[in-house]
Amino acid sequence: MSSDNNPQPGDGEYHRPPLPEDSMPKGGVNAPVPVAAAATPVVDPRLIVREGGVKGYLGEFKRRLSSGELGSLPVVLALIIIWAVFGSLNSTFLSAQNLSNLSQQIVGTGMIAIGVVFVLLLGEIDLSVGSVSGLCAAIFAVMNVTHGVNQWVALISAIAGGAIVGLIQGLFFAKVGVPAFVVTLAGNLAWNGLMLQILGSSGTVNLSGKDIVSRLYTTIYSQTIAAYLLAAVGVLLFLGANLFDARRRRAAGVPYRPPADIALRTIVLAVIAFVVAYTLNQYKGLPLALLIFLIFIVVLDFVLRRTSYGRQIFALGGNIEGARRAGINVSWIRISVFMICSTMAAVGGLFLAAQIQSASQTSGGGNLLMNCIAAAVIGGTSLFGGRGSTWSALLGALVIGSIQSGMNIMGVSNAIQFMITGAVLLAAVVVDSLSRRTQKAAGRA
Amino acid sequence: MAAEPVLALRGVSKRFGAVQALTDVELEVRPGEVVALVGDNGAGKSTLVKTIAGVNQPDDGVIEWEGRPVSIHRPQDAQTLGVATVYQDLALCDNLDVVGNLFLGREMRHFTILDEVGMEKRSRELLSTLSIRIPSVRIPIASLSGGQRQTVAIARALVGDPKVVILDEPTAALGVEQTAQVLDLVERLRDRGLGVILISHNMADVMAVADRIAVLRLGRNNGFFDRRYTNKEEIISAITGATDNAVTRRQARGSEGQL
Repeated sequence: MSSDNNPQPGDGEYHRPPLPEDSMPKGGVNAPVPVAAAATPVVDPRLIVREGGVKGYLGEFKRRLSSGELGSLPVVLALIIIWAVFGSLNSTFLSAQNLSNLSQQIVGTGMIAIGVVFVLLLGEIDLSVGSVSGLCAAIFAVMNVTHGVNQWVALISAIAGGAIVGLIQGLFFAKVGVPAFVVTLAGNLAWNGLMLQILGSSGTVNLSGKDIVSRLYTTIYSQTIAAYLLAAVGVLLFLGANLFDARRRRAAGVPYRPPADIALRTIVLAVIAFVVAYTLNQYKGLPLALLIFLIFIVVLDFVLRRTSYGRQIFALGGNIEGARRAGINVSWIRISVFMICSTMAAVGGLFLAAQIQSASQTSGGGNLLMNCIAAAVIGGTSLFGGRGSTWSALLGALVIGSIQSGMNIMGVSNAIQFMITGAVLLAAVVVDSLSRRTQKAAGRA
Repeated sequence: MAAEPVLALRGVSKRFGAVQALTDVELEVRPGEVVALVGDNGAGKSTLVKTIAGVNQPDDGVIEWEGRPVSIHRPQDAQTLGVATVYQDLALCDNLDVVGNLFLGREMRHFTILDEVGMEKRSRELLSTLSIRIPSVRIPIASLSGGQRQTVAIARALVGDPKVVILDEPTAALGVEQTAQVLDLVERLRDRGLGVILISHNMADVMAVADRIAVLRLGRNNGFFDRRYTNKEEIISAITGATDNAVTRRQARGSEGQL
């Protein structure tokens, strides 16, 4: 009896007596879909197509397109078009100087967008990130410059301030049950007011330019080796992680990426990484801000995809009731995600303050909030929850930054810029909605 | 047949305000036995299941686990004992793949880092043991058919090595072939020595897989039937109350000792 109570793999063989349903028709409208019936249960279909070489890849690619799994394809296409258009209109756009500056300018928006990605994964929204970024920049500037507090203490206070804001908003959302967009809309106004209060009568606090925040933004490693070294380390880490994973999978007897596949991916990554490094070296070198941005993206991407915490975030974005029944602490996940979002808003706000060398009454205002949410959505994170990646913050921030940079070079007025950025955001949401609809139709959403 | 019930309800009553949902309900589940729980809408099936699963607490009566009285205050208590419940809405996450859903809430991990390889291996073993056919364990639940989702939900209940599995209308939304697959799976659970409580409105399903059939009517037991010695008509009349209530209850009590 005891062996029956402890199911062992392999004791699934049994012979059941004939049942009424054995004589039931196997065809008709309720017949199993051919995919399910024909596929060998133990082989991953994604690997079947890979074995087909280039043709297999093309087939897989077409299948993904037709079923609406666009991933980051639209944003990469958009980026290529934007760069081609602005590059042809004005040669300075694709110059090493402009692209290097662009890589620094996107960091502030991109950092905030990383936080927005986390909230979007839950299917919620945070409308307070702009104000929070301004608030935290003001906390740092006033503590460090006006009151002469140690710069590290000021930095940590500013970031802790962001976390506390997230905690408060998260508590109201998760424990009281106020809709997230109402909580954060109220927060948007309230935190902006608190920022004005902290800045006081003068309204603007200029950074010294020698403080830690300014240096984090302005430092550029001018040694040629720095950018190439980063590219090499990144490529090697990618290759190593893939090879390690493939070896473990092979040892465990589950499907793994064939070496040719890994090689191809590594080569593509290497080409991109070294072209970027070369471009950066053509101007001043590797900006520290870009390096920090990339580290945040990689670490938080790991958290989302490879830890149980990240898995719980995705589960909550997919089915809240299912997540609750699986024993996931829904309130804690929600509060912590809002804390991450506000903390990232604080980090982004500090970089934005360093960019203009001051914290002022307009910090975190204007179209910053819209740009950050747009960056996350344009990059491919779904507004409907459960789908996305921190890399979309980089891609989306690049698109928004490129449009702004290009139009500034062209001398386009703010009025036109706002209209075009708005149109791009709408286009991104349309693509998201359409691909979701196609995925539903293709049974993949 | 093993005589010792793994799960037994003795005189369980539950009242919601003015509604007496359950009155002195008895139920026994033995290892390797499929007990079908049938009854009309509002008969108390869902309330009874929620009581066993720890969602509701009974006002009166005792739940016995392997002969010892236990108290189930939370769903986690039921899971710890070894009761797994598959609800009608399945509660799967569409955006996660099969592996992610099977292990949701109890992921295998090194510290906090997911052991994806280990989980994938275990998933394949589990699915092949149950002869569940799915194109890949790495595709999102969204791309599976209704029957495949149901089988994944049942497989997920087995990840925690339970002793009793409660299936709430597992075939309600399925076609003919998919229903057959799920019923096959129910038999496989029984063959693995699990106690299965199957809630269904479909008499054909019940007659196909159940060993015993417990009828609830208006929150009370209205007879226990052995599948071998009964027929659809008898059960349906017990469900609708066409048979004499008191007589069937006395018969049921009398026959319980022999089972």
